[in-house]
Amino acid sequence: MSVEETIKRIQSQKGVQGIIIVNAEVLICNAGIPIKTTLDNSNTVHYAGLIHQLVMKARSTVREIDPQNDLTFLRVRSKKNEIMIAPDKDYFLIVIQNPSE
Amino acid sequence: MTGKPPKSPASNAVHNGQGTSSKRIKSTASNMSIKSKGNDKTHSAQSPAPDRCLSGHPDDIHPIVLTSVTQEHFECRVEQDVTSDNPFKPLKRADIVQDMKARAAVSDFSPIKQAVMDYPEEEMLLVFDSDFKYGQSFYLVLTVEAKQRILSDIMPNVQNSVEEQTSEKIMQKTPTHQPWKSLGSEREIDDEIVKDTRSRLKVEIFRVRRDFGAEVTFSDRSAVSAKDAFVECISHHYKNLSLNLTERNITVHAIANTRTLSTQTKWTYPKNMCTQYEFRQFTEEEKEKCLLSENLKTFASSVAVRCEIAIQQNVITDIFFDDWATLSEVISTHGDKTDSHLKEYQSFTDLCYSKDKMISYISWHPNISGLIAVAMTERLSFEQRISGSTKLLLNPPLILFWGFSDPINPQLLLKCPDDIFSFQFCPSDPNIIVGGCKNGQIVLWDISLHHEQLKGIRGGGGRNMSTTNQVFEDKQENLTSVVHYCAVSSIEDGHKAPITDIQWLRESFEITRMGIPVENKNMMCVQVVTCASDCSVMFWDIRVPCVIAQSQTDRKKKMEQKLLEKPHGIPTTFKHLDLSWRPLFRVSLQKIDSGGEYRPVKFSFRDNTCDNQTVSLTDKPVFNKERPDITEYSQLLVPSDKHLKPLENISTNLYIGTEEGELVYTDWKLEKDESGRLQCAKPSQCLFTLNSQVNTVQHSPFFKDIILIVAGWTFAIWKEEITQGPVMQSPYSEKKYSGGCWSLSRPGVLFFGTEDGDIEVWNLVEKTHKSFHTQNITTSQITCIRPWINHSKQNLLAASDQSGTLHILEIPWMLHSPSKHEKLNMSKYFEKEVERLMYSCTKRQAMRPKDKKNTNVDEQRGKVV
Repeated sequence: MSVEETIKRIQSQKGVQGIIIVNAEVLICNAGIPIKTTLDNSNTVHYAGLIHQLVMKARSTVREIDPQNDLTFLRVRSKKNEIMIAPDKDYFLIVIQNPSE
Repeated sequence: MTGKPPKSPASNAVHNGQGTSSKRIKSTASNMSIKSKGNDKTHSAQSPAPDRCLSGHPDDIHPIVLTSVTQEHFECRVEQDVTSDNPFKPLKRADIVQDMKARAAVSDFSPIKQAVMDYPEEEMLLVFDSDFKYGQSFYLVLTVEAKQRILSDIMPNVQNSVEEQTSEKIMQKTPTHQPWKSLGSEREIDDEIVKDTRSRLKVEIFRVRRDFGAEVTFSDRSAVSAKDAFVECISHHYKNLSLNLTERNITVHAIANTRTLSTQTKWTYPKNMCTQYEFRQFTEEEKEKCLLSENLKTFASSVAVRCEIAIQQNVITDIFFDDWATLSEVISTHGDKTDSHLKEYQSFTDLCYSKDKMISYISWHPNISGLIAVAMTERLSFEQRISGSTKLLLNPPLILFWGFSDPINPQLLLKCPDDIFSFQFCPSDPNIIVGGCKNGQIVLWDISLHHEQLKGIRGGGGRNMSTTNQVFEDKQENLTSVVHYCAVSSIEDGHKAPITDIQWLRESFEITRMGIPVENKNMMCVQVVTCASDCSVMFWDIRVPCVIAQSQTDRKKKMEQKLLEKPHGIPTTFKHLDLSWRPLFRVSLQKIDSGGEYRPVKFSFRDNTCDNQTVSLTDKPVFNKERPDITEYSQLLVPSDKHLKPLENISTNLYIGTEEGELVYTDWKLEKDESGRLQCAKPSQCLFTLNSQVNTVQHSPFFKDIILIVAGWTFAIWKEEITQGPVMQSPYSEKKYSGGCWSLSRPGVLFFGTEDGDIEVWNLVEKTHKSFHTQNITTSQITCIRPWINHSKQNLLAASDQSGTLHILEIPWMLHSPSKHEKLNMSKYFEKEVERLMYSCTKRQAMRPKDKKNTNVDEQRGKVV
């Protein structure tokens, strides 16, 4: 299944406002740069940069408590929407959804 | 047998000895033991009342009064022979008897003659009762035993006193002033005083004069050698003085190791530094490369599942949604029916001005709370007017100002040239009022002179006396001041028919001669829009028009002449307009299909929600202080069109309700037609709604594109751009609606007045098929309804009726506080209705392809809401 189809499927869900795929390479020079997005550029860069740091912190927290463990999913619920982050080794996917719609 | 008079004072002690009552004040007795000899005669206010209460006296003593003659005779004069200290006086019995014989009935002793005769001994004891303990100043002891007892009781009493002291019970409740009793403290003081115990010794030492200052030689002498040369005090160990400290309280406080360090650095000056950065981005090729990589594909497939689960969880249920909190709102809207009752707050009728008149229009004062203005017009038909025209001249039509503090007398009267059907306060300057007359003229009033008086309405001191009458303070002189209009429009150029609606244009924009909205540099309302039954809508400007500049001198002369004729007291704010005021431009309303024109009754346009308060008050500049406006309006010139910036977001479309019940949607911009002349565009749509004259067209204060239109027996809500039909139309009711308005605080509440004097409250959130609440407030037809929100957050509704009474009603909480998400619900409702309209429209078009007009009619007929 290609990346495009995945994104389309997720995008078609109810309340989804945007999807961003961010590069999360270990080398700092490449980390936190968005690769694919459905939002506008400024917002994308904003989200990518900030969430990248959050994911790093969350992951290190989990691993410090138990080195065998690893972060699989992160959900940040706010008043207006919910940000869902699925991290992986090299990339992570950010989905922004408004659940009350 | 002589009883020795005791040395110590004490009539009290004697009394104690009597034993007449056990309850005594004994403290005086205690004093006796400490008293030093020969000291004062402290007595006894301390043993007053309880003792005196003893009315009776023991049988063996008899109180008698001794006259001064008797006293002299027996040598028992008060304060000389007998005193309080020395109250006892033994009298020879024989003397008493002789006295009795000598003086017979006059004798003081006569009441006790028998007792005296019976007395065995030779001496009787007379006691001076200084306390009047037994009621008289003396008493005679009648038996020997008593005498013994009295005399002997003195001594033991001193001992008794000490014992009695311990068993004291103080009876009195309030301490009374007593002289100071010495308790021996003066002795201590005396001991402390340093006194010489012996005379001071004086020692004088002599020496021969020549020895002073003589030379002295010192020599050493060993102390050891001469044994008696010194005295030694050797210290020795004194056991009793050494103490072993076995216990000691100490506290320990741990602190971190502190170290003081200091360094010295070179002071540098502060410098602003900044960096400029840009977010990192991949180039397009890199992005492409990434996207095509296998890594990404595996990532996407693995991650997608997780994400979808999370998203679907959210869609299924919102776990953070608080049902409990939102539940409460729902309950409150379905409250008691009684809660929706509009309470009558106040009603205003004037005895002389409201007689036989009806109120045609109401307007609340925008700034001063509690002030409302009504226009009084005659309730006569056209023929009646003509026949009674002379009477009408005497009774000029007026606009009355009512203040809440005074329900009987109006605060201000505005004189009108003719019956006013519509008027409005200028939103930027509430001292300017514009009104439209029956004869087609527009009238301007300036009430700045009375502004102070009106502001004081709430304080209750709103009654105005004309300035010359200030001498008269009595209440009969309650002439309310009358303000004459200061400008009227030109008769030839204005409307030719009664002006039915007049509105100020908002201060945020103004209209040029071409009808294009441009920005308003003055931030004051300067333009007025009117519509009249002569099928036109006119735009007027209250500033000096620039076109007439050349002929201004002529006009000025004319005006000056006229000014002299006018009575003084009229403000000259608008003298540049008076009788020469022409409209800026006019919009004619030609009928779309047929010839002729529409006759407008009411109009409303989207960006001019002037009359409401929900459009944020922060937009309006605050006019708290008096603005020096008197000269300003005449100095303002209509600016040239080129300099002003046109505003794009102001819509130039106008909704007009006509006499035949049509809702006309037209654009007021002037356009050039084929022949190059400026022409107003034909109305774009005519939404043929209702069959009777429209009486209200009003945009909703909450939604910019929702319009309420009230006509005849029904009302309808239209949405701009949706021309297929009304969003909502009420069923035809039994009573004719004579007025209606939106609520100012709730998007879904409407108020209507009927012909019978009822007020119907419609709550579209709850019911759209019938009224939420109906209430009768008067017997005659309601002519106008206006809501208002006070400064004190009171929600009031003003309703006027045809008999000239103005009713102010208070809107209950349930009807003025919006339910949760009410605006959202209302907008959803409107959207749904629009969808329904569209759906039914397309369906009908599919089934029966007729032209739009008919489908509208069908929809209305088939509609059951």
